[in-house]
Amino acid sequence: MNRNLVQRLGFGLLSFMALLTVLPIILVIIFIVVQGGSVISVEFITGFPFGGMRSGGIWPAIVGTFYLTLGTAIFSVPLGVAAAIYLSEYASDNGLTRLIRLAIINLSGIPSVVYGLFGLGLFVFFLQFGTSILSASLTLSIMTLPVIISTSEEALRAVPQAFRTVSISVGATRWQTIRRIVLPEALPGIITGVILGLERAAGETAPILFTGAAFFLPRLPGSPFDATMALPYHLFVISTQVPEMPIQIQYGTALVLITFVLAMNLIANYVRSRARARRQW
Amino acid sequence: MSVLVPAPAASGRTMKIQIENFSLQYQDGTETLRNINLEIVANAVTVLFGPAGGGKSSLLRCLNRLNDLADVQNRSGRILLDGQDIFDPKADVIGLRRKVGMVFARPVVLPMSIRQNLTYGLELAGENRKSRLDEAISRSLKQAALWEEVHDRLDDPAIALSGGQQQRLCLARSLALQPDVILLDEPTSGLDPISTGKVEASLQELKKDYTIILVPHSVQQAARTADYAAFFLQGELIEFGDGKTLFTTPKQKKTEDYITGRFG
Amino acid sequence: MEKNLSLGEFIITRLVKASGYSAIVFVTLIFYFLLREGLPTLGEVELENLLSTRWYPIESYFGILPLISGSLIVTIGAALIAVPFGLGTAIFIAEIAPRWAREILKPLVELLGGLPSVVLGFLGILVLSPNLRILLNLPTGLTAFTGSLLLGAIAVPTVVSIAEDALDSVPRSYRDAALALGATRWQTIWRVTLPAARSGVLTAIMLGVGRAIGETMTVMMVTGNAPVLATSLSALFSPVRTMTATIAAEMGEVASGSIHYHTLFFIGMVLFIISLAVNITASSVVFRQKKRAERVLS
Repeated sequence: MNRNLVQRLGFGLLSFMALLTVLPIILVIIFIVVQGGSVISVEFITGFPFGGMRSGGIWPAIVGTFYLTLGTAIFSVPLGVAAAIYLSEYASDNGLTRLIRLAIINLSGIPSVVYGLFGLGLFVFFLQFGTSILSASLTLSIMTLPVIISTSEEALRAVPQAFRTVSISVGATRWQTIRRIVLPEALPGIITGVILGLERAAGETAPILFTGAAFFLPRLPGSPFDATMALPYHLFVISTQVPEMPIQIQYGTALVLITFVLAMNLIANYVRSRARARRQW
Repeated sequence: MSVLVPAPAASGRTMKIQIENFSLQYQDGTETLRNINLEIVANAVTVLFGPAGGGKSSLLRCLNRLNDLADVQNRSGRILLDGQDIFDPKADVIGLRRKVGMVFARPVVLPMSIRQNLTYGLELAGENRKSRLDEAISRSLKQAALWEEVHDRLDDPAIALSGGQQQRLCLARSLALQPDVILLDEPTSGLDPISTGKVEASLQELKKDYTIILVPHSVQQAARTADYAAFFLQGELIEFGDGKTLFTTPKQKKTEDYITGRFG
Repeated sequence: MEKNLSLGEFIITRLVKASGYSAIVFVTLIFYFLLREGLPTLGEVELENLLSTRWYPIESYFGILPLISGSLIVTIGAALIAVPFGLGTAIFIAEIAPRWAREILKPLVELLGGLPSVVLGFLGILVLSPNLRILLNLPTGLTAFTGSLLLGAIAVPTVVSIAEDALDSVPRSYRDAALALGATRWQTIWRVTLPAARSGVLTAIMLGVGRAIGETMTVMMVTGNAPVLATSLSALFSPVRTMTATIAAEMGEVASGSIHYHTLFFIGMVLFIISLAVNITASSVVFRQKKRAERVLS
C-alpha cells in the first residue's frame, strides 16, 4: 500500500505547512499582548508623549489615526459604493467596463509608497493642501477604493436578480429599485467591505509618510489642513528613529495598533456572519 | 410561412390589447417571436401555451415592457393597449407597468413585511395616505383569497408565508395597484394542487374586473382556465381561438399533436 | 413632483456613472504625476549614471541598479517562501482540512493579511533579526534574508486566498471522476485538481509576488538599507536596499523639484510600471475565468 503511504506523508507535509503558516500569527499576537500589556494604562492611552517620546502616552497618535480613518471613509465610501453600484447595476459587458475592471485591479496592485508619491505630487504640491490630514486621507482613500468597490460589488451582485425584476414590474425606476431593495439587502456586505478597506488604511504607513504624518506634535491637530501623528507611523518612528527608546512603550504602541486593526477585522466578520445567519434568500 | 389565424368569435366584446405583426429577436439569438398577430379580449382569461422556448414568456414580458431589461436585438410591429402603442417613444413605461401587473413563475416576495410588499408599488406611485393604502391591502388580499390567512399578521416578514401563500401575495401585490391587465407566467408551477386550485379559482373571479393573460404550466391547466387560447410553437403563433373549441377540435395538426401529448 | 423625481434620478444616475469611471481616472492621474515628476530625471541625470551601480545621491550618484537588485533579491527570497507555504496552505484548506480546521485557518490567514506591515517590521527588528544574527553567525541581522522572511509572510495571505478560490471553483465532478477511477485523494489533487486550477494558481503566485515587490515599511525596517549591487547569492545574507525603501527613506528629506526628488519619482514610475505589468498579465489570465476576476480584489 505504497500509494497510501505517499498520501499520508503528503497530507502530513501539507498540514505541517499550514500549521507553520498560521502558528506564527497566533504567536505574534500573543507575544505583543504579553510584552505590551504591562504599559497599557489610562495615562498611556490618553497622555501626550514627552521626554523625546521616551515617556508619556500616545494619545495624539490614536486621535490622528482615528481622523485619518474617518477622512478616508468620507472620501472613499461614497465614491467606492457608487462605483460598485455602477458596475453591478448599470454597466453592460463592454470594452469600457473591462477597462474599468482592469483599472481597479491595477489600483489594488500599486505599491503603497507609490500612492505616497502620487499624494505628494497631486495633493500636497499641485493642489497645495500641504502635508495635512486632508492630503493623507485623500491618498489613503484612493488606495482603499479598489477594496471597497470589489467587496461592495460582490455584495450587490449577491442580491437575487428576481427582486429587481419584481420591483421594476410594479413600476419602480432603476434607481428606486436600487435604493429601496438592492442597497438595503446588500448593506451588511458593503459594511463588511468598507471596514476591511478602512482597516487597511488605518494600518498603512507608506502613503502618509510624505503626505500628512508628523514625527511629533505637542498638541492635537486643529483642522484638516494640519499634519498629524498616526499610530503606524509613530511605531515606525519609535522603533527606528529614536535611540534608547524604552522597549515597553514600543510594544505598547504595537499592541494599541493591532488592537485597533483587529477590532475592525472582528467587527467586519461579525457583521458578515450575522447577516449570513439572518439572510432570507 | 405564416399560418392564418382566425380572430376569435368575439362579437360585442372589447379588445384590450392588439398585437400586430410583432417580431422579436434577442442578441444571443435564443428565443424569437415571428410575426405575431393576436387580439386579447377584455375581462377574459387568455391562455398562451405551447412547449418551452416557444416565445410565450417573451411575449408576456413585452406586454409590460419588462423586456426592456433584456438584450433585445430587433423588434418590429406594434402592441396596442387601449389603442395606444406601448412602444411609442413618448409612452410612459412606468405608467404602463402600473397598468399591466405581472406574477412570475417562482413566488418572489420582496424582503420586507407582508404589508410593505403590498404597498411598495403604491408608495412608488406617490400614494402615502394611510386610508388608501389600508383599503388597497384589504381589497387586494381578498381578491387573491389570502385575506383570511394573513389579515392578523400583516407586519410579519413575507418570507415566512408558505409557497402557495407567497404566490397569492405576489398576485395581491400586483392587484394592489389596480391594474387593467394581469400577466401570469406559469404562476402555479411550484405550487401544490390545493394552492393551484385556489389561484385558478381566484382567476375566474378576477376576470370580471381585469383582463388576464396566463401562461399555464400544463395543457390541462390551459384547458381548465382558458376563455381564449393561443398555441405557440418555436416563436410562431400556430392557432388562436376560443378555449372550448381549440381544446376539443383544434384546426391545426400541430396543435392537436401537442394537446394530445404526441410531443412537448 | 414627478418631474422633480426624474430630475433627481437623472442626477444620481450621472453621479453613479461618473464614480464608475473614477478608477480609470485615478490610474491615469497616478501615472501622469509619476511621469511629470519622474521623467525630468532623464534630462538631469546621464544614463550612464542612472544605470550605474552606485547610489549615493549626496554626491550625485544616482545608479539605480543596486536598488533594483535589492528589490529583486528580497522578492525572490519572499517568493521562495510564500509560494510553497501559500500553495500548501491553500491546498490544505481547500482539499484536505476538515470543516472545523477550515473555519479556524481561513480567518487566521485573513488576519495575517490585515496585520500592518509596520508591526511586522517592528518585530523583525526586535525579535527576528537578533536571533537570525546569532543563529546564522552574521555580522548583522538586518539582511535581505530577514526581509524575505517577513515579506513572505506578507505575501502568503494573497497567495492563499486566490489559490484557494481557484481550487474551490474546480467542479466537484472532476474529483469524483478521478476518485472513481481508483486514484487516491493525493493523486487527485496533483493530477486533476491542481492542473484544473492552474490559471488561478498562477494568478495567485503573480499577485503574491507583486505584493512583495511593492511592500515598503517592512523592508525598510529590516533589510539594513545598504545600496550595494548584489552580485552573488551571498548577498541574501547581507544588508540590501530596495526601490520602495529608498523612496520611503529619502523622500522626506529632499527638496521638491531637485534632481534627487525627480529620481525618486522616477523609481516610483518604474515600480508603477512593474505593478501594472504584473497585474495586467495576471488579470489577462483571470479574465478568461470571469468570476475569479472579481474575487482577486477582495
